[in-house]
Amino acid sequence: MTDSLGQLAGVPHIAGVGVDQIAFPGREGYLPLIAALRDGGFEMCADLCVVDYLGHPGRPLPDGVTPERFEVVVNLLSLSAKRRVRVRVQVPESDPSVPSLFDLYPGTEAMEREAFDLMGVIFINHPDLTRILMPEEWEGHPLRKDYGNARVPVQFKEAPGPR
Amino acid sequence: MTTIGHHNDEDDTMRTIERPSWSPKDTSEGAQELLTRSETVASELGRESGAVLRLPDGQVLDATQIDIDRPDDETMIINMGPQHPSTHGVLRLMLELDGEVVLRTKPIIGYLHTGMEKTAEDLTYVQGSTNVTRMDYLSPLHNELVFSLATESLLGLEMPSRATWIRMLMCELNRVSSHLMWMATNGMDLGSTSMMIYGFREREMILSFFEKTTGLRLNTNYIRPGGVAADLPDGWEDDVAVICDTVLERSFEYDDLLTGQPIFRERTEGVGGLTAEEALALSVTGPLLRSTGVPWDLRRSMPYLAYDELDFDVIVGTYGDNFDRYAIRLAEIRESIKMIRQIVEKMPSGDYRIQDPKVTPPPRGRIDASMEALIHHFKIFTEGFKVPEGEVYLPIESPRGELGCYLVSDGSSKPFRMHIRGPSFVNLQVLPLLLRGGLLSDAVAVISSVDPVMGEVDR
Repeated sequence: MTDSLGQLAGVPHIAGVGVDQIAFPGREGYLPLIAALRDGGFEMCADLCVVDYLGHPGRPLPDGVTPERFEVVVNLLSLSAKRRVRVRVQVPESDPSVPSLFDLYPGTEAMEREAFDLMGVIFINHPDLTRILMPEEWEGHPLRKDYGNARVPVQFKEAPGPR
Repeated sequence: MTTIGHHNDEDDTMRTIERPSWSPKDTSEGAQELLTRSETVASELGRESGAVLRLPDGQVLDATQIDIDRPDDETMIINMGPQHPSTHGVLRLMLELDGEVVLRTKPIIGYLHTGMEKTAEDLTYVQGSTNVTRMDYLSPLHNELVFSLATESLLGLEMPSRATWIRMLMCELNRVSSHLMWMATNGMDLGSTSMMIYGFREREMILSFFEKTTGLRLNTNYIRPGGVAADLPDGWEDDVAVICDTVLERSFEYDDLLTGQPIFRERTEGVGGLTAEEALALSVTGPLLRSTGVPWDLRRSMPYLAYDELDFDVIVGTYGDNFDRYAIRLAEIRESIKMIRQIVEKMPSGDYRIQDPKVTPPPRGRIDASMEALIHHFKIFTEGFKVPEGEVYLPIESPRGELGCYLVSDGSSKPFRMHIRGPSFVNLQVLPLLLRGGLLSDAVAVISSVDPVMGEVDR
């Protein structure tokens, strides 16, 4: 394989550090792109996380990609070819949802739950989209930039009401 | 006057009225828990049993391949943990049992969650390594390394070779200590308390060396962006040589104690089998992946630091069972010792940190003599240094697998977002698969062989 990945044709992409390519598909092209990459030899989804870009001064994106508040970042790994590719999807604040990768990479199950728990991004068709690190009655998504550090009183399970 | 736990009518009325909208009554057996069969519809039964079992088409496992018709009164759901000595921290497993056979498992985590990724956004890059070092507390140096490498990658810094080799030395020692700790706890889980004592004894030697070098046994904050905190102490070669000789010699005693022992073999061989396809689909890395026969070790496959200059073997297994995982970790201790000896031989001289005033504070001696040095020192430790805008994902091979750091910078002196891909967190997904259909007594051995560190799982 050379520097360009065939599966990325038609998808805006740039080169990155420590990774072969960084691709920026739209939300509708996200699942097909990941499926194509998986069939193209990327056997493992190494990592999935979400970044909240609220308050970020602006990041360089290729032409045709509109920056949105959230970005789902998927790092795929090809063990046979010893290469990595990163996929970054823009997710708007008004409708924070992307399709789940569970059918393609079952290993993303816990990662997507974590992303949902801490960032509030919905993964459509995820088999068990519940909180994983926070208690299930927790309100809000703590890693969001507008969550506010130390401004929320600590919530305890079974806490008595105010006396 | 009403007090908690004081039961009278007035109290109860008050508490009903004052109950907040997220009433615990609605959520006590909430969504994260494993539900009984009668409360679960068939599709969900399959989903739960295989929250992680649903592999892509053509794979062997079928999510619905579970005995759904079994009535509730034949099975029992029990909690194992979070306060259980063999769950290595605060891992809670909900197990559905039929007699002694495990039907379904659900790991429930988060008891140690302290929001370290959020904390990282409030700490400068100088302070950041003190934060990450507390994640995987059995291999703190690897956490520091991955954070430092990611920061340096954004800064575009090239480390002096001595700094790189010191990092390699410390990380390999840390790998040995982490694996020794695993040998100890695994031995204890299987009933060999001698192994527990031996493992801790050998690990203590390495921790003493850490204390001598870094000032602390754990959470060393030794590897920092820009190099390491201090040069190796005088006579370090002798210390390391003693550690290598002793641990290597004693690793053969472990062979006598465990490897050939019939009870140990019966409890580990063929227990908790994993195939390469399942491991890859579930994003499993580290000794678990290698035990299935996949020769994937980032030190060899995608070298970082100077691992491409070392001669070492990647240990792989065949069956993916508990015994393979034990044998791999034992052999990796020996491989690491082989590497440490090479590192001692090849250790270059020079600076132990980069001489770049942007990230490196002035030496202590100059602070007393020079006002500029004092200001410079003050600036670095209060404001930190600014890191150019960008994002990077950097993986290294920790004792548990691929440890990655995804760092996003907005050009300020604090990370805009720091995400750690903890190998324990991802590897834990394999538990329902490994435990399925096995015996409850083997569950302890299987949990141990996955080697989760809850500090890293929950972060």
